[in-house]
Amino acid sequence: MCYVSAMASSSPSALATSNGSAPRFAIEAEGLVKVFGETRAVDGVNLEVPVGAVYGVLGPNGAGKTTAIRMLATLLRPDAGSARVLGRDVVAEADEVRALVSLTGQLASVDEDLTGHENLVLMGRLLGFKRDAARERAGELLDAFGLAEAASKQVKKYSGGMRRRIDIAASIVVTPQVMFLDEPTTGLDPRARNGVWEIIRALAAQGTTVLLTTQYLDEADQLAERIAVIDRGKVIAEGTPSQLKASVGSGSLHVRLLDPEDRSRAESVLSDAIGARASAAPDPAALSANVSGPEVASYALAELGRAGIDVAEFSLGQPSLDEVFLALTGRPAETTEEGEDE
Amino acid sequence: MSEATETARVARATEPTTSEATIRALSSVERPPRPGAASVALTFAWRGLLKIKHVPEQLFDVTLTPVMFTLMFTYLFGGAIEGSTGDYLQYLLPGVLAMTVIFTTVYSGVTLNTDVTKGVVDRFRSLPIWRAGPLVGPLLSDTARYVLAAVVTLVLGLALGFRPDAGVAGVVAAVALLLVFAFGLAWAFSALGLVMKTPNGVMNLGFTLLFPLTFASNVFVRPETMPSWLETVVGFNPMTHLVTAERGLMAGTASAGDVWLVLAEAAALAAIFAPLTVRLYRRA
Repeated sequence: MCYVSAMASSSPSALATSNGSAPRFAIEAEGLVKVFGETRAVDGVNLEVPVGAVYGVLGPNGAGKTTAIRMLATLLRPDAGSARVLGRDVVAEADEVRALVSLTGQLASVDEDLTGHENLVLMGRLLGFKRDAARERAGELLDAFGLAEAASKQVKKYSGGMRRRIDIAASIVVTPQVMFLDEPTTGLDPRARNGVWEIIRALAAQGTTVLLTTQYLDEADQLAERIAVIDRGKVIAEGTPSQLKASVGSGSLHVRLLDPEDRSRAESVLSDAIGARASAAPDPAALSANVSGPEVASYALAELGRAGIDVAEFSLGQPSLDEVFLALTGRPAETTEEGEDE
Repeated sequence: MSEATETARVARATEPTTSEATIRALSSVERPPRPGAASVALTFAWRGLLKIKHVPEQLFDVTLTPVMFTLMFTYLFGGAIEGSTGDYLQYLLPGVLAMTVIFTTVYSGVTLNTDVTKGVVDRFRSLPIWRAGPLVGPLLSDTARYVLAAVVTLVLGLALGFRPDAGVAGVVAAVALLLVFAFGLAWAFSALGLVMKTPNGVMNLGFTLLFPLTFASNVFVRPETMPSWLETVVGFNPMTHLVTAERGLMAGTASAGDVWLVLAEAAALAAIFAPLTVRLYRRA
């Protein structure tokens, strides 16, 4: 816990220096396009990621997130447009870019047949460490990531959370200046997800620019200073998490009444106070309504009190990715096959 | 606060945090100079050997195939083909040796395809390393497989009564030539490994291509006994050239021409498929 509070105080200052002294971007993309057959997987993406930032790319499956990240990490050649990482062109200066970046893909990016230790030694050797230095570095990372006990187990025997940690450890055998993480927490349980979040924060704290893709607004909100929302290969919104949420409304107010008998009365009180329709939830004593912000929510709750309706509990939920999509595109987020299997 | 975050918070409170160690680990290291081409290839060869160590089952095929073919052909067909099983074994064994090692080259493609389908290739491709390294390295470690296949075949042959007239030197020369040819052919299967969708696809197509090459050759029977049109076809088969050289080296009767032809064919395979494979790998 002490670490989390330390982070909270250090990250705004890191942001301030990167804004103040360095106008340069860690990642710049202009009009990136990638076409697979009939599908325009990435259709003119522009991105500007400040040096030192954690930047979230948010979108449903098939939005083009993975394709975009693969182009930025020099694994795919763009069909049109250009991108630079710390000023180096991802096509013309691919090898220079590779020396600056690290990628943790959505698929296994370590060798499942090898042990955790062997995987890290392999990476160390490929990066140019001598044998002993590579072993020492592997041991250091396994300790730091809580994998020391599993060091000599094959990765195929790791749990989901351990897999992700060894994946990320393999990406930072040499600390990269820019780190790409493709859906780093998809499929993880909350505890394992938290472990990954801490690693991402630690990376950012020591100066690595992180670009991460995610399907969860919550995750982008927790980690990212700026978020790009991507849909059907296009960036449809960009900004800080609060700007994004402000454009959507802050989410839904959930209220549970002490007495279910009051529900229909409460429904009309809430609807009047919010200026939008409140609706009954499956629980016979519960109601929910979309609200534009916490002020509106607290006003609505006060109105309930004034009408003499007792509230057992309430919560203000974040807008879900679905709600963000609905607000931005006028249609629900849909999942399509990402047409990039080659 | 969602329920999920609440659970995570509880979990974290009861677990020591590793973040300080993480930050230390992150800031404690300088990027070493880029490794040379040989170092990259040897590192990938080391990985190949580790995979054999961790998944020894992959050696079953390599050891069973020569045993099955040698026993089956010698005792079932040997008498009919050559008059006696002993004479036939003398003819057959260099052929089975070549066939076994040649079959093993398909695994180069299977292994590479597994890397692509599992995604680990992405990591190698995002490293600033010699581009052919991830392809050359496994070919080096595959030597372990080839040598094992050769040893199993030879030991079985010797136990059953096979006697190479050229002695140890002849056998070593024959195995060495076979390894060179296997390296050339392994590039072709590496390329196949990068165009097929699944490891099984590589395996099936690989053997579908190899079976006619193996049977329409002089591995099992003398081409003189075949219809003349087939004898002509068999005469063009590189497998025939390889087995002719193998028999010659082990019997001490090989001509320089036999050996050079095989070396030239191996070089041609590598010259065509190595650059193609490197190009395909970059786009995999």
